[in-house]
Amino acid sequence: MTIQGWTLILLFVAMVLMLAKPVGLWLFALYEGRRTPLHALLGPVERGFYRLSGIDPTQEQGWRRYAVHMLIFNAVLLLATYGLLRLQGVLPLNPQGFGAVSEPLAFNTAISFAANTNWQGYAGESTMSNLSQMLALTIHNFLSAATGIALAFALFRGFARRSATGIGNFWADMTRVTLYLLLPLSVVLALFYIASGVPQTLAGSVDVTTLEGARQTIALGPVASQEAIKMLGTNGGGFFNANSAHPFENPTALTNLAQMLSIFLIGAGLTYTFGKAVGNVRQGWAILAAMMTLFLIGVTITYWQEAAGNPILHGLGVAGGNMEGKELRFGIAASALFSVVTTAASCGAVNAMHDSFTAIGGMIPLFNMQLGEVVIGGVGAGIYGFLLFAILAVFVAGLMVGRTPEYVGKKIEAREVKLAVLAIAILPLIILGFTAVASVLPAGLAGPLNKGPHGFSEILYAFTSAVANNGSAFAGLSANTPFYNGMLGVAMWIGRFFIIVPMLAIAGGLAAKRHTPETAGSFPTTGPLWTGLLIGIVLVVGGLTFLPSLALGPIADHLAMVRGQLF
Amino acid sequence: MARSEQKSLFTPDLILPACADAVRKLHPAALIRNPVMFTTATVALLLTLLLLVGHDALAVGFKLQLVVWLWLTVLFGTFAEALAEGRGKAQAASLRAAKAELTAKRLKGGGPDHETVAASALKLGDMVLVQTGDLIPADGEVVAGVASVNEAAITGESAPVIREAGGDRSAVTAGTRVISDEIQVRVTVNPGQGFIDRMIALVEGAERQKTPNEIALTLLLVGLTIIFLIAVATIPGFASYAGGGIPVAILAALLITLIPTTIAALLSAIGIAGMDRLVRFNVLAKSGRAVEAAGDIDTLLLDKTGTITIGDRQATEFRPVGGTMPAALAEAALLASLTDETPEGRSILLLAREQFTQLPDSLPSDAEVIPFTAQTRISGVRIGDMVIQKGAVDSILRANPALEGDPVTQDLRRITDEIARAGGTPLAVAKDGKLLGAIFLKDIVKAGIRERFGELRAMGIRTVMITGDNPLTAASIAAEAGVDDFLAQATPEDKLALIRKEQEGGRLVAMCGDGTNDAPALAQADVGVAMNTGTQAAREAGNMVDLDSDPTKLIEIVGLGKQLLMTRGALTTFSVANDIAKYFAIIPAMFVALYPGLGVLNVMGLSTPESAILSAIIFNALIIPLLVPLALRGVTYRPIGAGPLLARNLAIYGLGGLVSPFIGIKIIDLAVSGLGLA
Repeated sequence: MTIQGWTLILLFVAMVLMLAKPVGLWLFALYEGRRTPLHALLGPVERGFYRLSGIDPTQEQGWRRYAVHMLIFNAVLLLATYGLLRLQGVLPLNPQGFGAVSEPLAFNTAISFAANTNWQGYAGESTMSNLSQMLALTIHNFLSAATGIALAFALFRGFARRSATGIGNFWADMTRVTLYLLLPLSVVLALFYIASGVPQTLAGSVDVTTLEGARQTIALGPVASQEAIKMLGTNGGGFFNANSAHPFENPTALTNLAQMLSIFLIGAGLTYTFGKAVGNVRQGWAILAAMMTLFLIGVTITYWQEAAGNPILHGLGVAGGNMEGKELRFGIAASALFSVVTTAASCGAVNAMHDSFTAIGGMIPLFNMQLGEVVIGGVGAGIYGFLLFAILAVFVAGLMVGRTPEYVGKKIEAREVKLAVLAIAILPLIILGFTAVASVLPAGLAGPLNKGPHGFSEILYAFTSAVANNGSAFAGLSANTPFYNGMLGVAMWIGRFFIIVPMLAIAGGLAAKRHTPETAGSFPTTGPLWTGLLIGIVLVVGGLTFLPSLALGPIADHLAMVRGQLF
Repeated sequence: MARSEQKSLFTPDLILPACADAVRKLHPAALIRNPVMFTTATVALLLTLLLLVGHDALAVGFKLQLVVWLWLTVLFGTFAEALAEGRGKAQAASLRAAKAELTAKRLKGGGPDHETVAASALKLGDMVLVQTGDLIPADGEVVAGVASVNEAAITGESAPVIREAGGDRSAVTAGTRVISDEIQVRVTVNPGQGFIDRMIALVEGAERQKTPNEIALTLLLVGLTIIFLIAVATIPGFASYAGGGIPVAILAALLITLIPTTIAALLSAIGIAGMDRLVRFNVLAKSGRAVEAAGDIDTLLLDKTGTITIGDRQATEFRPVGGTMPAALAEAALLASLTDETPEGRSILLLAREQFTQLPDSLPSDAEVIPFTAQTRISGVRIGDMVIQKGAVDSILRANPALEGDPVTQDLRRITDEIARAGGTPLAVAKDGKLLGAIFLKDIVKAGIRERFGELRAMGIRTVMITGDNPLTAASIAAEAGVDDFLAQATPEDKLALIRKEQEGGRLVAMCGDGTNDAPALAQADVGVAMNTGTQAAREAGNMVDLDSDPTKLIEIVGLGKQLLMTRGALTTFSVANDIAKYFAIIPAMFVALYPGLGVLNVMGLSTPESAILSAIIFNALIIPLLVPLALRGVTYRPIGAGPLLARNLAIYGLGGLVSPFIGIKIIDLAVSGLGLA
């Protein structure tokens, strides 16, 4: 580990903490439906949308209505995407003349982008037409991100409102978040990427003759615009197969930092928005503190392991840290940091191949996802997932102060506990269940590239990434098979929407409750004690379940490496 | 305070029946109420069957030990519940014995004739005659007569209390004894629904319903069980990838150690013990819900008299007006009070004699006492032509209209305002229609009550003093006693309105009361404690009855409610924190055959895989009886703010729960391997 490496990591953390408040305040304006400076310009567009679609943005929806509208919206988009991918061969903007995407892959990809996962069972530059990239995929990058933020708003309203029936209007939330946050920020970021050398063109690939005289095809396309929202919306689906390790997606150290920051930007900001919404910003800071502590622990372990390298290779005379699968432009620290950022938030973009990390270095990204993507997490999804853990933490420990547990003034009772447990149990059920199935079926066993515990890690990583809606790949796994496309598609859908529905039910129930004023006898949900408790609950309830699988995967892998055992 | 003796937890007369009950509670219909223990029993049954018919690589002796410890885990759980119930039963047994042979003299057709019937034959509305020496056969209301009643059977207080028809002291309780006079009682409950019956039912646990909080906690435990079931059920799939298999017995052991058996086993014992503690404190709660609500109380409404101040006011000063000599005022006050037997009257005599000599010892023979009536609200004495009147300022002025506009009256008004501001009650004294002055009656705030309110404030509980006094007096006493707020000149309607207002603000309210006019407020309050001396209406409206009729106890009741919730939370945290050590015991033992490198996870250095698994299971079982005393006695409650309380309990039960199994499992492993058990 180097001073420069740690400087980068700490600089990154400081910038995230600094940006949380301004972004949170901007989000709070959208949450409240207040005017922003952008309204002068975009206000007519927003009103035009409402008029065209006949939506009254002031009409409150109960949680069921909110959930149904959200589900229908996502289902329609999903079907449209599937259709577009199947028909891309006959549609325009297909300069390379790609044919239809196969049925299992189209199914998998459509769910993947709708569920904000962006698992890619294909190489973008050799599969997707420009129309598919822009209309089928990039549109999801915006709308699945906006859906996440809208859902977080709905849950915030549950906590903030008193004796209310509504939790907001889904269409108004979607429109405002997309129009006043995601679009403008994406434009700015896209221009920055273009200035840094990222291509933005509708032309097809370019054939060049290299210095050696060989002919090479260089893929181009509307990369910068997709890159901006890919990070901002924690989508992670790259234009190119190599994702952010590709020099056209992530050309410089500066774009690398900007990409990492934009992954955390909205997720961190939402913690502040939550604090504002419930009337005490310290509530938000306590959550961000817990998230960033978990994050720093992860970065430290990964960076330490990657910098330490592989003793077996050391024995072969290859000194230094583990550089396999890493870009020389970024090096160990920036790659380790990026990998933890992208898996802490459910982004899934990569600038190095996680499969090539040391066993423990690669376990941290895996573990981050297994916690349920709550360390910053996906935009919106991170904070609502974390609040589910907060509900459990309050319930378990809150009794210890001798009162019915309360969180930000709402009593946590049987209904909340039941729904929170239901939502949280989905994750281990699907991750472990599907991994177990894939570990015994021949179709599943055909996937992994490596033998031994590392091969198991590849399967485990794939299902974890899918259910947690991360979308990063461990590589090594041949996932573009009907078995994996199907299983992973189902896993992504369940991982996204089976958590959302109980979460919205909690929001609806909480909104209807009375507010209990905070007193000296109330359970304190600010301050270091609470932050520590949150970390403990996330690790014990969210993490312990996965210990057996980790023991048989990365931990066994690591111990074998230490003993010099190869498979 | 008549707190019952703390019985030792582990006396043979409690343990033996509890052991028998523990086995009886293995019945599936009883076990299913506790899903975690039901799961444990199911797994134990499965392993028992596998032991008999299954074949795997494990030694039979090892599997036998596993099975035994699994069944013990279940039995320890049912034993904890049985022991808690046993303690409650012991408490209720004496009451039931007293009640068993009760007979009643039922009045026939309301007439003077009566017949002797068994108390259990009495129905709601029956009239019974209770004479000197008789036990009162059923809860009821005195409709005729007055009697002194010894209520020691339920309160432990041997001094008799007066029960009379009408007014606020008309309720009588079954099992108490009339020691003088006779009364006619109308039975107000059907057989089996009296207070004692309810108390027996609640402490015995037979009719115990789960409280809202218990239901929520049970759901959490079920959820954790499902999550860990998933974690364990998927292991064979993973192991098959690694090219091996895991015996079912080992998977079962991992599952049982991971699911929250500790708290699940103790959950109902904690609830029963909480009710039991309240009963030992001479408070009957009509439901477990009420006890839980007590812990959540945000606002306490406390009656001033008897709770905040000692019941009686004391005369502390004579304040003459209009040039009257102090001695003259004192003498008039003394004459007017010579036959006044109230504590206030006696305190006037005491003060007068203290300050002045040569005062008469008794009234002259021609004196005629003017008795206090509710209409005039004046008492006094007529000696020859001289009339001395004593009473509330407004009553004296009303009785002497001529005083209106008199400058002396202005003087008196000024003085009475002063007295009121100082927290006193002024009594005006007039002689032959002329005002002499005022007597300063002071409310004496109970010693130590200020500190108690300070504690309540630290706990986040607001205190509101309820008084019939005028706002000036109330404000002064409120300041002296350190309450947060007060409601002056309170009518029952005001009280009810205040409770509603607090509740609309999301606060839970507790109050106590005894009169029939308190009944609506008692019913509205989240915790309404009726005094046992109160009317039947009040006792029906409240959700708790204090047998000692001590309103101060409201504060302790809140503490008991909090203690109940804290005990649940502490043991849940402990149970969940235990899992980390158990993983570190079992995971390496389970997988070391697949990947020998995983042996380094055996941080406790347990001797063999079998010993590790057995030790974890034994620890998991033994921790239940070890925690039974804590579950029954409750976690120590201290009136400090939530922050320090959480820090303290997290350190003890969170950190303790994390560390103790590492030590415990290691010690058990040493014993198991030392004895050659595995």
